Amino acid sequence: MPSQRPSPEELLRRIEAQEQQASRGRLKIFLGYASRVGKSFRMLDEGRRRKLRGQDVVVGLIQSKVGQEVQCLLDTLEVIPGLTVRSEGKEYLVLDVIGILKRHPQVCLVDELAQDNPPGSRNPQRWQDVKELLDNGITVVTAINVQHIAELQDAIEKITGKRARQAVPQKFVRSADEIVIVDAPPEDLQLRDAASAADTRRLSELRELALLLAAEVVDEQLHNSLQLQGVELFLGSQERILVCITPRSNAKRMLETGRRNADRFHCGFLAVYVKQVPLDPADAQLLEKHLNLARELGAEVHVLEAKDSAEAILHFARAQAVTQLFVGHSLGSRWREMLFGNPLDRMIRAADTMDVRIFPHPSLS
Amino acid sequence: MTPPPASKRGRFKIFLGYAAGVGKTYQMLDEGQALHRKGVDVVIGYFEPHGRKDTICKTEGLETVPRRKAEYRGTIFEDMDTDAIVQRRPEVCLVDELAHTNMPGSERQKRWQDVHVLLDAGITVLTSVNIQHLESLNDQIWQMTGVRVRETIPDWVVDQADEIVVVDVTPRALRHRLERGVIYSREKADKALENFFTEQNLSALREIAMRHAAHEIEEKLSAQDPQAVENARPLPAPGDTPRRRECILICIDERPSTVVLIRRGRRVADYLRAECLAVYVSPDATLAGLSGENRDAVERHLGFARNLRIHTEVVPANDVAEGIVQFAHSRGATQIFMGRSESRNWKERLQGSRLQRVVRLARDTEITIVAERRRGPSGKIGTA
Repeated sequence: MPSQRPSPEELLRRIEAQEQQASRGRLKIFLGYASRVGKSFRMLDEGRRRKLRGQDVVVGLIQSKVGQEVQCLLDTLEVIPGLTVRSEGKEYLVLDVIGILKRHPQVCLVDELAQDNPPGSRNPQRWQDVKELLDNGITVVTAINVQHIAELQDAIEKITGKRARQAVPQKFVRSADEIVIVDAPPEDLQLRDAASAADTRRLSELRELALLLAAEVVDEQLHNSLQLQGVELFLGSQERILVCITPRSNAKRMLETGRRNADRFHCGFLAVYVKQVPLDPADAQLLEKHLNLARELGAEVHVLEAKDSAEAILHFARAQAVTQLFVGHSLGSRWREMLFGNPLDRMIRAADTMDVRIFPHPSLS
Repeated sequence: MTPPPASKRGRFKIFLGYAAGVGKTYQMLDEGQALHRKGVDVVIGYFEPHGRKDTICKTEGLETVPRRKAEYRGTIFEDMDTDAIVQRRPEVCLVDELAHTNMPGSERQKRWQDVHVLLDAGITVLTSVNIQHLESLNDQIWQMTGVRVRETIPDWVVDQADEIVVVDVTPRALRHRLERGVIYSREKADKALENFFTEQNLSALREIAMRHAAHEIEEKLSAQDPQAVENARPLPAPGDTPRRRECILICIDERPSTVVLIRRGRRVADYLRAECLAVYVSPDATLAGLSGENRDAVERHLGFARNLRIHTEVVPANDVAEGIVQFAHSRGATQIFMGRSESRNWKERLQGSRLQRVVRLARDTEITIVAERRRGPSGKIGTA
């Protein structure tokens, strides 16, 4: 799920981190959803093109069995062979970190980011080897399948019934300077071996997962770069739903609808309550129930304190780049509304950058 | 992809990109070459070289059906020769730029309509399109980039594809390609880098393309097996009332902002798997009572909605708010999409604005007031 927008302090920290990273190599990841989508080919092809443009490129590691097309590309590039290590009866192919650091190319290509190293290795996992290369100023181009992201294992298990034995923390993948989706319809992968409808279905689900992960990485990078430039609000690339809770609102309906809709849009889901006056015990209890439900449904819950709730909600919604605002309405006094305008009306007028969806209060439905 | 027997409708495969130069055409031709090597009868129906050498190389050895030439107001235009392709009857036809608008006076207005003719003739079509051409994204794209895309394609045309392939490169790589003059001429490239091809615009478009492809995959999965996708979602809380099927009703009027409303309603309905209707409420059963200008606008809006496969109706009622709500209730609409009200006059102060009255009358039906799309100063978007 998309994270909350960062605070100014967080941004400052990121700027400092970026400055530190200036001497770090760049990380570029080709993300796929199955073997055979062509990640290795894309990675090596990028190596070939970089070499043509005069960059010093080596292949740090490539899986042992490659197709003819991949072999052709491989032949055009310098290879630092991986180390073959036997441990507890198993054979491992390990990145030769010392060899690569000694050779110190500008760019190193590393296939299959998610691999465990044998016990007693310099680093337990390959992504940590890659991190070492990056820390030493070497740019790394690498490839991974979505099945091998640690945090996605629950979702992966639902689809395939299996968890990956070897996985990379999502944080590392998200730290990539660039991510590229390597896409192909499952039908194209299966030309070689006819697969069942169930296989195609599983592959499609993995493919969707990979596309959504890539979209989130892109979204995060986009918003960070916009905020570093001081652009406050940028709407359009991603939906975000905000439910406004009050004690008497039909919070259950708003929150459940919000959850369902957020699942359809694969988007951020937030809930907000504005504290104004102390509530009587009955309302306080209702409110608590609503906020708990919001948390149960996975909404990011915020409680604000402000005199003018409409103003506070709008300010918050804009800062969070909300595109859909869910609010409840009740029938207030017509005369009062006519004289002073009602808060909902004011809110609708002011919330012109987002859709406002009005839900009736329980007494009305 | 195996081409079907000629009696069946051809398969429809789209290479989806987020900007010119990402490599859609290259990948489409590459696949055409691979099929050709396997002995499949492949022709190029339309190819736009843009002077890109790598891409032009990819056409070598593939047969091209010559373009149709026609004169319009003294200029010679060239377009795909759909009839000639149908006569030639290849198994597979490659067609660049799906969103293209044909020259005036052509038999069909849009290239996607020509593609439908090919598909109906049993020809498999591989084609390319960029995400910004989707009709329902038009306002969003304009708001983000400042570019009003003129060549649009109804979303349902893309939904019908048998396969969609995302063609992806990073914005950084794409900008390098532009700088090296691979995509456009030097002068055009410099302009593009400053305007449309900013890193931010490209990132936003790229994200939208990825999300759209994911959405299309999900829709296809759900069409095959609605229950499986439903089960993968969080369960409703115990005691939740059974879900009604969502139905979105769009209120049409003569104001230009209606178009924004229609696009947004269509898009939200697609994502929520909702039915989508549009209504114009008028004092008479016909549009005869309207001034010429307003009648034209309403008719245009109704036509625009139908083009996006939204069912439209004109309903007579003296009180517009009542008419809208009655129609919504009679059709089981769960959400009414409306625009913002204009300024309040004295009559509205006494009776409440149309929007307020709809909210009051609608009872259980939800009302969505659609965002205004506009661009703030200096390219910043909608900042207060």
